[in-house]
Amino acid sequence: MTMADALKDKIQDVFDEPACGHNVNKTEQQRKKGCAKPLTPGAAAGGCAFDGAKIALQPIVDVAHLVHAPLACEGNGWDNRGAASSGSERYRTGFTTDMTEIDIVMGHGEKKLFRAIKELVAKEDPPAVFVYSTCVPALIGDDIDAVCKAATEKFGTPCIPINAPGYVGSKNLGNKLAGEAMLDHVIGTVEPAECTPYDINIVGDYNLSGELWQVKPLLDRLGIRILGSLSADARYKQVAMMHRAKVTMMVCSKALINVARKLEERWGVPFFEGSFYGISDTSDSLRHMCRIMVDQGADPELLDRCEALIAEEEAKIWLQLETMRPRVEGRKVLLYTGGHKSWSVVSALQELGMEVIGTSVRKATEEDKERVKEIMQTDAHMFDNMAPKDMYRVLKEAKADVLMSGGRSQFVALKAKMPWVDVNQEKHEPYAGYMGMVDLVRAIDRAVNNPMWAELREAAPWEGELPEAGVMPPLKGACPVTGIEGQGPAVVPMTRPAPAKEPAMAGTGFLGGSTNPTDFEDDC
Amino acid sequence: MARITHPKRALSTNPLKSSTPLGAALAYLGIESAIPLFHGSQGCTAFAMVHLVRHFKEAVPLQTTAMNEVSTILGGADQIEEAIENLRRKSAPRFIGIASTALTETRGEDVVGELKDILRRRDDFADTAVVYASTPDFEGALEDGWAKAVEAIIDALVPAASERDPELRQVNLLCGSHLTPAEIEELVRLIRAFGLSPIVLPDISCSLDGHVSDDWRGTSLGGTTIEDIARMDRSAFTLAIGESMRGAARALEDRAMVPFRVFQSVTGLKPVDAFIRTLMTLSGMRDAPPSIKRERSRLVDAALDAHFHTGGLRIAIGADPDLLYALSQTLSGMGAEIVTAVSTSQHNPVLERVPAEEVVIGDLGDFEDLARAARAQILVTHSHGRHAAHRLHLPLVRAGFPIFDRIGAQDICRVGYRGTRAFLYEIANTVQSIHHRATPEDFGAAPIPEEFDHVPHAQTC
Repeated sequence: MTMADALKDKIQDVFDEPACGHNVNKTEQQRKKGCAKPLTPGAAAGGCAFDGAKIALQPIVDVAHLVHAPLACEGNGWDNRGAASSGSERYRTGFTTDMTEIDIVMGHGEKKLFRAIKELVAKEDPPAVFVYSTCVPALIGDDIDAVCKAATEKFGTPCIPINAPGYVGSKNLGNKLAGEAMLDHVIGTVEPAECTPYDINIVGDYNLSGELWQVKPLLDRLGIRILGSLSADARYKQVAMMHRAKVTMMVCSKALINVARKLEERWGVPFFEGSFYGISDTSDSLRHMCRIMVDQGADPELLDRCEALIAEEEAKIWLQLETMRPRVEGRKVLLYTGGHKSWSVVSALQELGMEVIGTSVRKATEEDKERVKEIMQTDAHMFDNMAPKDMYRVLKEAKADVLMSGGRSQFVALKAKMPWVDVNQEKHEPYAGYMGMVDLVRAIDRAVNNPMWAELREAAPWEGELPEAGVMPPLKGACPVTGIEGQGPAVVPMTRPAPAKEPAMAGTGFLGGSTNPTDFEDDC
Repeated sequence: MARITHPKRALSTNPLKSSTPLGAALAYLGIESAIPLFHGSQGCTAFAMVHLVRHFKEAVPLQTTAMNEVSTILGGADQIEEAIENLRRKSAPRFIGIASTALTETRGEDVVGELKDILRRRDDFADTAVVYASTPDFEGALEDGWAKAVEAIIDALVPAASERDPELRQVNLLCGSHLTPAEIEELVRLIRAFGLSPIVLPDISCSLDGHVSDDWRGTSLGGTTIEDIARMDRSAFTLAIGESMRGAARALEDRAMVPFRVFQSVTGLKPVDAFIRTLMTLSGMRDAPPSIKRERSRLVDAALDAHFHTGGLRIAIGADPDLLYALSQTLSGMGAEIVTAVSTSQHNPVLERVPAEEVVIGDLGDFEDLARAARAQILVTHSHGRHAAHRLHLPLVRAGFPIFDRIGAQDICRVGYRGTRAFLYEIANTVQSIHHRATPEDFGAAPIPEEFDHVPHAQTC
């Protein structure tokens, strides 16, 4: 079977996802079409399949990620995400074959890739090399599977082909294809030294700005070990050992649901979906996780410890949040994110006295939408997409005090001189778990209460009224640039009297008229 | 309103301030063909000169009356006369600015009287303007010395007028000691953009801007000319930059009835707006030139981009009062918190308006201790702050005098819309340069078990 056929089968396979709610509700014919919406030329946004694969796997910190491509794929895209590592920094290094015209025309792609792997292994000695295929090598028929196989045999370092060239589809599809590569080549290849009933997998979290670490202390206290991770702060071995965990938590997203399902099918690891955004969500996820572990044979006292921890942590965090209430109370928030976050953050903001005037339900499931309705008591404030110009209008008319969204709508808010808080993946601050909620509210406080906004919204000097000025004489002499002569010295009557020599008024003169002795601003 | 406090201690550690006569010398260097002359012992001048040279990377003409033991006791009038004579013979300056020092002030010389006497006797000195300012080292700091020198120049060289006949397009620009040559240039550009013609006093933008000249004169090369100073009485208005220039502005008003306005700051959106509004009023222009409107809108955009980094930022600033006020006001307007403010001289009332709880009249020792206690995230002060920065592991934004471990100090511009924009970028980029690699431990989490780590194997290829 050729590479192209294998890829086609793989795509067909990931589209037919029995664990996906959307997919199950489809007719047989719809299912055949796959779940990717066709991309509309001229009206598409977002990354390609390669991007998705890279996003899903790059946070594996000790692996060397080698992109087989002309420069754009890695050169334009590396070092752009904030997945944090507590170990190796190798994942941040941009490795690429940087294919040239000669490589493509002469068919040197495979040879160059093999040599690149050789140099990489010699230089870095990583636990594995992930080789990403991209559009051009896929098009000219470079067989990266064969190259990886040969390199693995020759160098003794696992070389894993990641077959997700950009043109096959969306970022979401790329996530899934990356998951398939892990299932095919990595998961199940290493056994842990020992297994415990408290081993879990976390799938779909990328430890952006350290979000996993905001939750990890909770797991630590319950004696839960993150055995497998795809791919937050993950080591290669943690992916290879995923089959030995007792439960898989799917974080926030359905992107890697194929991995969770197949872990269950092949190795009997049950999975559940949860989120660490928002207080109630964090508690629910911990409960859910512990319940499954007990089902799997953990000591039932885990449930009691879990409840005790939740009670303690929730009380502690509300105490902290309460102190911040006066800073954010009454603020109107427009939430533009989607999926889970459309409701998981809403309830916490509402409890702090903020008014959520709207939340988008893009990428949200029916279940998510029900929750939004429940929490907001109406669906009037639920919207799918909002065109930037509508969003600009809402903000400009001050119907909202702050926009919370991803980077794409950042400038819509800023150019309307409105505060903006980043809640998507590019953000620089972690907002997960209980402690993350405090950080989030602090970020909202910092955004909406910055004194800068008032200053920026003030009229420019040329927009307001000026006090009456005297009549100016024409310029004397010639213009230094054009050499055009001015109208010569003119005798102009003084239209204002010389200021009275009164010390108390000194310095205020005819301008401004301020009696403030420290007249630095016009109106202070 | 900030509380002004003086630490109760005898020991000063790592001075923040530069001396008063040095400030006067710096102001004198803004006069064309000038030589500042310290009335004191040789060392007073040598230290100050080295200080100035290190900052400007320029040869600085600075001379001394070289007081010795005998003249210190018997009086230094002869030394002054001899110094003027020698300077005239060697360099033929058009201006000599004398600044007293702690030595001569402690003795209590009547320099004003003696100088008057000398100049009356020696009519051969007539083509050199000689100005004297009393600037004892033990009173105030650089900013005060500068201000006193400017007031002395106005007193000596601006003709008194009993009636107004103003040139309506001519304005005086009195520059405080905190302005760099590039900043003066920027203000002049703004003023000219409204069709006004400024007389700048003192104008170090022409003398200490760092240029190569075709001759070597042993005097300042560039600066305000004596003739221009003599025309200042006819200006329509005086724009004084920095609260420390209020005295000079008032002196001009007293002598020649020139109305004035003090701009305590020309950094930050609102202060620059106020400056521009004044220029519009003075020029009778209802609108501003397109370039200036564009600069304002670019500053607004820069503020939007910078506020993510300045919001909640904890800043420690140590500077002379006017600079301290201008910078801290701007930063606090951007959501930053001035957790430590240390200044040099209690004479400037603007200190009360510094947006901090407390302003300490102190030194870099106080600055370091306070910044540490207040958990400051960045430091803003002159080059000597590098030791504190090193010990506190914090980045240092260099501002004020002296800056000797970076070149181009004269080109730093933090005024006007453009300068403010650059300043916001500077601060935001400094914040971004703080490299912090988060760890699980930061959040109270246990580290990832070592058993998952890759153990490098012996090379096979």
